[in-house]
Amino acid sequence: MRDFDVAIIGGGVIGSAIARELMRYQLNVAVLEKESDVCVHTSGRNTGMLHAGFLYKPGSLKAKFAVEGNKEFDTVAKELDVPFKRTGKLIVGFTPEDRERLEYFIQRGKINGVIDMELIDRKRMDEIDSSAGGNFAVYCPSSGILDPFIYTIALAENAVNNGAEYFLNTEVIAYERLADDQHLLRTKTGEIFRARWVINSSGLRSAQISEMLGIPGYVIQLVKGEYFVLDKKAGEFAQIPVYPAPTPQFTFDTHATPTVDGNVLVGPNSINVEDGEDYSVSQEGMDGLQESGKKMFKHMKREYYIRTFAGARPKLIDPETGQVQDFVVQRPENTPGIINLVGIESPGLTCALPIARRVVKLLKDKEELTRNPAFNPVRKGIVRFHDKTTQEKARLIQKNPDYGEIVCRCETITRAEIVQALHNPLGVSTVNGVKMRTRASMGRCQGGYCEMRITALIREELGKEIDEVTLTGCGSEMFTGAVKGGMEE
Amino acid sequence: MICQAVIIGGGPAGLAAALRLKECGIEDILILEREPTLGGILRQCIHDGFGLVRFKKSLSGPEYAQRFIDEIEVAGIKYLTECTVIDVTEDKIITAVSKHHGYLEIKAKAVLLTMGCRERTRGALAIPGTRPAGVYTAGVAQSYINLQDVMVGKEIVILGSGDIGLIMARRLTLEGAHVKGVYEILPYPSGLPRNIEQCLNDYDIPLHLSHTVVDIHGQKRLKGVTVARCDESLRPIEGTESFIACDTLILSVGLIPENELSLSAGVKLDSRTRGAFVDEYYQTNVEGIFAAGNVLHVHDLVDFVSLEAEEMAAHVASYLKSGSTSLGNVSVVAGQNVGHVIPQKVCGDSDFTLSLRVRQPMKNVSIVVAQNGQVVFQKKMRKAIPAEMIQAKIKAGKLKPEGDLEVTVQ
Repeated sequence: MRDFDVAIIGGGVIGSAIARELMRYQLNVAVLEKESDVCVHTSGRNTGMLHAGFLYKPGSLKAKFAVEGNKEFDTVAKELDVPFKRTGKLIVGFTPEDRERLEYFIQRGKINGVIDMELIDRKRMDEIDSSAGGNFAVYCPSSGILDPFIYTIALAENAVNNGAEYFLNTEVIAYERLADDQHLLRTKTGEIFRARWVINSSGLRSAQISEMLGIPGYVIQLVKGEYFVLDKKAGEFAQIPVYPAPTPQFTFDTHATPTVDGNVLVGPNSINVEDGEDYSVSQEGMDGLQESGKKMFKHMKREYYIRTFAGARPKLIDPETGQVQDFVVQRPENTPGIINLVGIESPGLTCALPIARRVVKLLKDKEELTRNPAFNPVRKGIVRFHDKTTQEKARLIQKNPDYGEIVCRCETITRAEIVQALHNPLGVSTVNGVKMRTRASMGRCQGGYCEMRITALIREELGKEIDEVTLTGCGSEMFTGAVKGGMEE
Repeated sequence: MICQAVIIGGGPAGLAAALRLKECGIEDILILEREPTLGGILRQCIHDGFGLVRFKKSLSGPEYAQRFIDEIEVAGIKYLTECTVIDVTEDKIITAVSKHHGYLEIKAKAVLLTMGCRERTRGALAIPGTRPAGVYTAGVAQSYINLQDVMVGKEIVILGSGDIGLIMARRLTLEGAHVKGVYEILPYPSGLPRNIEQCLNDYDIPLHLSHTVVDIHGQKRLKGVTVARCDESLRPIEGTESFIACDTLILSVGLIPENELSLSAGVKLDSRTRGAFVDEYYQTNVEGIFAAGNVLHVHDLVDFVSLEAEEMAAHVASYLKSGSTSLGNVSVVAGQNVGHVIPQKVCGDSDFTLSLRVRQPMKNVSIVVAQNGQVVFQKKMRKAIPAEMIQAKIKAGKLKPEGDLEVTVQ
């Protein structure tokens, strides 16, 4: 049995932000993550949008936290070395009804504290991004795009560097409240964790975990969204995220968003699903995205497709009306020592740190915390060869010859970066882990050149056997063994 | 660094080009190769069948490559391995990186693009389903098995009947895997008849024409695929779906000339070949930048890759000796039943070769090359299939200075 002050269930962007913020105090923190890495589900499967906060109901946590998270993100990105661009955003309209709704959102934005939105005509749109569809648009300059993998990883690594412990492949399956109001968590593999505080930040499973912790009654509707990833050649035409005018239900249909690395994401659609972890993409879904994507992005062409993916959002709904509810961030008095987060979906990425600070406050209200004088908010990422100037590149190779070996041809990722990714602070050793940390295999050849080099490096650098090399952790083994005649080891 | 001729890629095209340049009297040659050894994709092609045209002998890929590598060594041609080119400019400045030589900038008089091709991926096809481990392109599977000695799976389905997929059907069978079938969306095979015979029929591996994979199952490792029959417009027919349990899906769904560096140099590409627009000297729209081999258009046999690269090298040599050559005025047009044709521009002052592919299998046909309604070349063939490249040698002086050259198959 391991003892901790705080056990966090779920190491996505929310759990990792909470862990990181808790490390500002002298606390022993454990993060229990079911998967082999930290951004396997909702945190890593989204548009990577830094929202401005105009869409959400005034007074809601979504509105308040989004505005707060948006304002501070330049500092956060610098502190944690997260790729981020404050691109602004266009929400485009075609019809008079669209215009009405857009005007409504400018007003709503003002109430929420998003003051710099304006309605612009086609001529202004062309100056901003001629690839955008639509006849007019709301321009919101404070929106931005970020790398959701690196942001989640950065929060987790910063938490670990400050003393938090991450337990990957650790699925909590049972809970018990002890007589002294401590909590016992049992995992699928038979480990036991005892903690004074338990925080539920389990995203897709937040309603089930909430019930397990003694807080029943939440209803989550899982909504799957499918995406196309387009080649960087298409990215040359995309300057700014382009969203359609919201639907009458205040949700967005398919949008086209450049990524921080220069690709374009087209999606998501919305499909209600039972299994939030089934990320299959359907033919109907892709056919739909092709059509709706064209309206937002004029260069939505087959020759630019490099990949599809899907994500799921856990929407908390009112079972009577079906209406989507605000985030739940609570510390119920009748379940002492539990902080419960339910229905954290979009704009969760933008809200992660504000939510984490709210959690810390809920904890501090009950218990005096001592500041951790050693806390360092700064985290350095892997130095990327591709982003450097000629002279810096030459210097990098001189200092470390591994920077002179290109492993991923499409994205120009070097051996030095792969090796750093393999020795990551979280101890992730999967092919996908390398991909999320470095971008290797995210290009147009989709690993055709680099995947075999990455799997070889996993064996070489981490001493893994052939059958221990996995794509996404246990069960996703890449190989079935050696060829006939075996291998000379 | 300054160099007369820089060859990007030390595979079958680059090696053949280097040797011919040297024969033509060009001394200052540099081959840049990203792998630890020369040979390109041939290093992993351990099956035989290479060199039948050129050496009248069936060689393995490494044997074929070695014949050229030995000559390169004897001729003392310079090459750098583990050296990746990351940029080429219109002024022919090549940027390369290497762990041994650092960050290199080379100014070349002529650049020979011989980067070969890459495989089309699942993402480019947008096959629906999940994204588990166990989905490999044929070439990746080949490199795992032949270069790294690791097996990719046990129960195999192959999508696409391209030659590498066929070769891998046999290779995987020999390694003890069970290849359940090859599924091809077209009503005819994409690979060569000899590979259908030697790699599928000889091992009782079924080939299902007009079929494709419509769904991929399994969250972690592949659990199976759904296949369906396709109609004439290649769309899956509803109600014909069936599930096939497997742990591995091999994709052999086409090759794409690897032209990212060409694009950075301002080289214009033909949307049909996805290689450069070239004239009969294999020169691209950028003066002094030439292309040949699979980077120009995907070939059926490596022998033809080497031959094309040699032709290119001879023209590069005369370019280096006598200065600029001009892009011809006559456009070569792919007409009826012709998928694509190389080169796209000619002037016709010297002998040249047209390379083309037909759109669908045909019998008892004529290859007709005509200008302004005048036939300048005609060749009868008993059969023509898309899997095989067809060549037509056109004699000097046959062409008028004006008027498109139309290539048709009738």
